[in-house]
Amino acid sequence: MANFEKAKSLGDWMNQRLGLDTVMRVMAYEYWIPKNINFLWAMGMILAMMFGVMLVSGIFLLMYYKPDAALAFDSVNYTIMTEVGYGWLWRHVHGVAASVVFLVIYIHMFTGIYYGSYKKGREMIWITGMLLFVTFSAEAFSGYMLPWGQMSYWAGMVITNLFSFGSLELNGVVEWIRGDYVPGDAFILRFFMLHVLLLPLAIMALIGLHFGALRIPHVNNQDGEEIDFDEAAKLYKEGKKKESKVIPFHPVFLSKDVFVMGVFLIFFFYLVFYHYGFALDPVNFDPADGLKTPAHIYPEWYFLWSYEILRPFSKDIGLIAFGFAQVAFFLLPFLDKSPNAVPASRRGLFNIWFWVMLVDMIVLSVMGKLPPEGAWNVIGLLSALTFIGLWIALPIITKLEKKV
Amino acid sequence: MAVNENRRDFLGMALGGFTAVGGIISLGAMKASWDPLPSVKAAGFTTIDISGAKAGQLNVEKWRGKPIFVLKKTPDMKPHDRDIVIGKDRFHISIGLCTHLGCIPSYFPKKSEFICACHGGIFDVNGEVVKAPPPSPLVIPPFRLDGSKLVLGEEGDEYKKLKAAGLVA
Repeated sequence: MANFEKAKSLGDWMNQRLGLDTVMRVMAYEYWIPKNINFLWAMGMILAMMFGVMLVSGIFLLMYYKPDAALAFDSVNYTIMTEVGYGWLWRHVHGVAASVVFLVIYIHMFTGIYYGSYKKGREMIWITGMLLFVTFSAEAFSGYMLPWGQMSYWAGMVITNLFSFGSLELNGVVEWIRGDYVPGDAFILRFFMLHVLLLPLAIMALIGLHFGALRIPHVNNQDGEEIDFDEAAKLYKEGKKKESKVIPFHPVFLSKDVFVMGVFLIFFFYLVFYHYGFALDPVNFDPADGLKTPAHIYPEWYFLWSYEILRPFSKDIGLIAFGFAQVAFFLLPFLDKSPNAVPASRRGLFNIWFWVMLVDMIVLSVMGKLPPEGAWNVIGLLSALTFIGLWIALPIITKLEKKV
Repeated sequence: MAVNENRRDFLGMALGGFTAVGGIISLGAMKASWDPLPSVKAAGFTTIDISGAKAGQLNVEKWRGKPIFVLKKTPDMKPHDRDIVIGKDRFHISIGLCTHLGCIPSYFPKKSEFICACHGGIFDVNGEVVKAPPPSPLVIPPFRLDGSKLVLGEEGDEYKKLKAAGLVA
């Protein structure tokens, strides 16, 4: 048996049994973060916090929600919204958070792309991050089914139909996913299970992995400078905090994060209390009706760009383009052949690539919301082709890039 | 010690193999749990009476939760191989879901076209594609003729003929 001494305090008692000092030293007090970063490096902690916000608001919604085709709509729009004390608050917080989380995810992603934070040992951070993007997308979609309004039903119909894989006509697979010929009771219950159990479990595991994947390569910095963390840490511990290029994760870096989180929360609660409407589509306040498609259906804003890649093409080509768009970002660390892990502004052609990609995704998102008619079709098609072209061009232009 | 290690390898492989087989079998159970329930499948037959239909006017029936288009063709609409003929009347009958991703196209009697608002697909009164993205015509559901009644979900002779000719989808 290990040797335990009489504890001097509660903290000491815990520490002897759990080794908390070591954990805190490795993950906090001596987890060195470069000084040369900006507010964009706080997005990760904002996302972690928002996951907590979704979890808490979700727990309260879960206590009144009924996953049943006949009862779901009223349990949300009548019971939760009008009867449950502050039920409206949980719903608005949950809905607005779901939307805003994607805004922060996109900022987080494009920050990583701009500063080259997916290279030189940081590939696993990028890949686990993309896995989180996919699981968050599935979480958002499954949650969108639950109020069982018109948009829930028809989004469920259209998205599950993707799994017939075009001309392969795998209608059996679609019916298997739905547990019925059309979305119904079985469909709601299984998406309810995914939304409240399986996907959140996967997200929590992936957040742990994502955070852990960052520990060894360390956080990148604004100049892509390769910091000697041992030397910088030594300076810091000697008290030469000014000369050292790093600060400890806790309490110094976190205090900066908390400031950005505070600013973000002002914006967030402003939306929750005064502008929640953007996250709750008016069409979804009509109960699901399998015999009536809404005049114009479109996904939530954060899926519009990939939806618009599907839309301008014929079915099979559209599906292939859509599939391509879903996996392309995963491959970024391997398609970028340049040895430079520095900001895009110093990378010549890649800088142009970055901004064209950003603008193209915004154009795709706008086109995805507009009805598929006339000039919008042409612009949509051109921006979808641009998106695919950019990914094909990436290995070539990064190969040509000179080492800086 | 080599002998012991072989023994350990064997135990490891036996345990791993046994677990893998059990895992694969349980995947079958999980797959089956997601299949449509027998009660759902049993409810998949619907009888509709189409004798009262007015020419040129679209009726929408419901079968397996899906909308079914029933359009009695007017004399000036050209006959088509996909028509279902009852006496002198010609009908277009199809599942009213766009073959692209499953939205319900709306019928515009003046243009004699079904137009899907979701992704802009257009079908004519025979369910044939006029404008992509839909890759194939509107699907004719399995049916059996019973006088002027239509039993949806059952494959009757007329349906089998259309199917053999490759005209149902």
